[in-house]
Amino acid sequence: MGNVFEAEGLVKRFGRTTALAGIDLAAAPGSVLGVLGPNGAGKTTAVRILATLLAPDEGRATVAGHDVVRDAPRVRELIGLTGQYASVDEDLTALENLVLIGQLLNLRRREARPRARQLLARFGLGEVAGRKVATFSGGMRRRLDLAASMIGNPAVVYLDEPTTGLDPGKRGDVWRMIRAMTRDGGAVLLTTQYLEEADALADDIVVIDQGRVIAHGTAAQLKALVGGHTIEVRPADPTRLADVITVLGTVAGHRAETPRRDVATVQVDGDGALDETVRRLRAAGIGVAELALRLPSLDEVFFALTGHGAQRPDESGTSKEDAA
Amino acid sequence: MSDTVTTTTTAPVRAGAPPIPARRGALLWHSLALARRNLAKIRRNPVSIGDAVLAPVLFLVVFVYMFGGAVGGSTHAYLQRTLPAILVLSAIMAGMIATGVNLSIDIKKGIFDRFRSLPIGRSAPLIGSVLADVVRYLVAVATVFVVGFLMGFRVQTSPLAALAAAGVTIAFGMALSWVWVLLAMVIRETTLVQTIVSLSIFPLAFGTDMVAPVDTLPGWLQAWARVNPIEHTMAASRGLLVGGDTAVPVVESLLWSIGLVAVFAPAAVVAYRRRT
Ligand SMILES: Nc1ncnc2c1ncn2[C@@H]1O[C@H](COP(=O)(O)OP(=O)(O)O)[C@@H](O)[C@H]1O
Ligand SMILES: [Mg+2]
Repeated sequence: MGNVFEAEGLVKRFGRTTALAGIDLAAAPGSVLGVLGPNGAGKTTAVRILATLLAPDEGRATVAGHDVVRDAPRVRELIGLTGQYASVDEDLTALENLVLIGQLLNLRRREARPRARQLLARFGLGEVAGRKVATFSGGMRRRLDLAASMIGNPAVVYLDEPTTGLDPGKRGDVWRMIRAMTRDGGAVLLTTQYLEEADALADDIVVIDQGRVIAHGTAAQLKALVGGHTIEVRPADPTRLADVITVLGTVAGHRAETPRRDVATVQVDGDGALDETVRRLRAAGIGVAELALRLPSLDEVFFALTGHGAQRPDESGTSKEDAA
Repeated sequence: MSDTVTTTTTAPVRAGAPPIPARRGALLWHSLALARRNLAKIRRNPVSIGDAVLAPVLFLVVFVYMFGGAVGGSTHAYLQRTLPAILVLSAIMAGMIATGVNLSIDIKKGIFDRFRSLPIGRSAPLIGSVLADVVRYLVAVATVFVVGFLMGFRVQTSPLAALAAAGVTIAFGMALSWVWVLLAMVIRETTLVQTIVSLSIFPLAFGTDMVAPVDTLPGWLQAWARVNPIEHTMAASRGLLVGGDTAVPVVESLLWSIGLVAVFAPAAVVAYRRRT
């Protein structure tokens, strides 16, 4: 089956800034494409082009075979957009927001209301349908925003950094709902700054930096490139940090680091590393205040892929852009 | 079973199913839906139209009690002469203060991106905004009539003519507001939009015979007053409320209203479409 959307060689310049320097993106029906990159990488620009809000300077993009520039009106019937900045109206209630969008999609009021209620229930907002959005928490707003992009049963939904700014604890809720968004066969394009998020949601991940694709693959392939997980340990008794470092060094076979005064970390590959760490810590009688197995941060990903950290283009000078 | 929230209701339609076909007059329906959004905002935050009440009261009190004795001989005679002009000034101000500035603020928010990603006419959000501001004009016009009545103003013609005066005035205010819409589309800085709009009030409102008869103005201002479209609307309002020449200024005012919409509305839509 063909791709729901495809972008080839997208280039977009804003004055002297090259926001996109030729990127390709595609997603199959029912799949999630994750676009991973730091601030200023060009994620929002790519989304805006695919959502017909911006015309590319070069390259082309299609949704279900329709060109986003020439057939923009047709494309708009097929997409749902949840922008980076809340695209719901704070002064309206949750229900009013969704009914408005339903009406703009040519539903009659009496058809729009049940559709809106159905989506509010699905996104866990059934109880607060009549409340003004201004009173919502960040997580509730995000969920309403997701519901709003689903009203027209879009073939593709664009989610631009859907969890940025949310408490890590609230991300899980939003992730669960994003996963459910593809079950009617729609594709999702998700941008994020968190490898964890891309790993949790995306079937396929494109890593971009300064408007360029620097890696492309499944989460497993990227993790293999970057070097697996990091184990992080904070001993209950800070004076035992040296012992923790010894234990982690033994488990991983290379030196552990201390990114913070009371924490030791080490990179590991095997799945058994966490178990072994726990066993050895217990054997050594070291009490643990915090123990985590986490994926590499975006900075670590970038370091592995490019040899430098995740920089904003304005910090890295213009030499790269001039070379383009 | 494990995921009760997301399995309770299954959307009946597959993703990417054909959209609901647009009704006839879709642009009007979409504009009205968007106007309702603005009205809901006003209803939730009524203070936001406080200026549409306060400005007319201030104009009436300041002009009539400060200038009335000096310019008009008596405050009563001056009120009869100047209220029709203040009606027009109040309506224009009611749109001026809100339309451009509110749109300029709104368009920077994410919700306008969503509107632009929907299969609706590009002009719908702008038309919706202009339509919703009718409430502001109605409030301003009603305030002028009520406060004017309390101060002693009496319509000399007929209730129907008074309604027509309100109609001509509001039509002109809405038509002129497309100029502020265009400004808001072209200029990114909301504060700059606000400054330009506020400063425009001086040549527009005071290059007229509202405060003093045109013959008493300096020559260059007389020349401007004779072409100033607001002057025609003020003359129409005066004719409809207190009698005198009516037909010609009413037609002139309506022609100006049509002309302003014909030029500035498409220009604003083009500017909105170009804006990234
Ligand atoms: N409208 C615009 N005008 C000028 N520069 C822009 C505009 N939009 C984005 N940029 C620039 O393009 C680059 C990419 O921005 P963006 O796509 O927003 O990145 P991201 O969403 O990944 O943070 C940045 O350097 C940004 O400053
Ligand atoms: Mg962005």
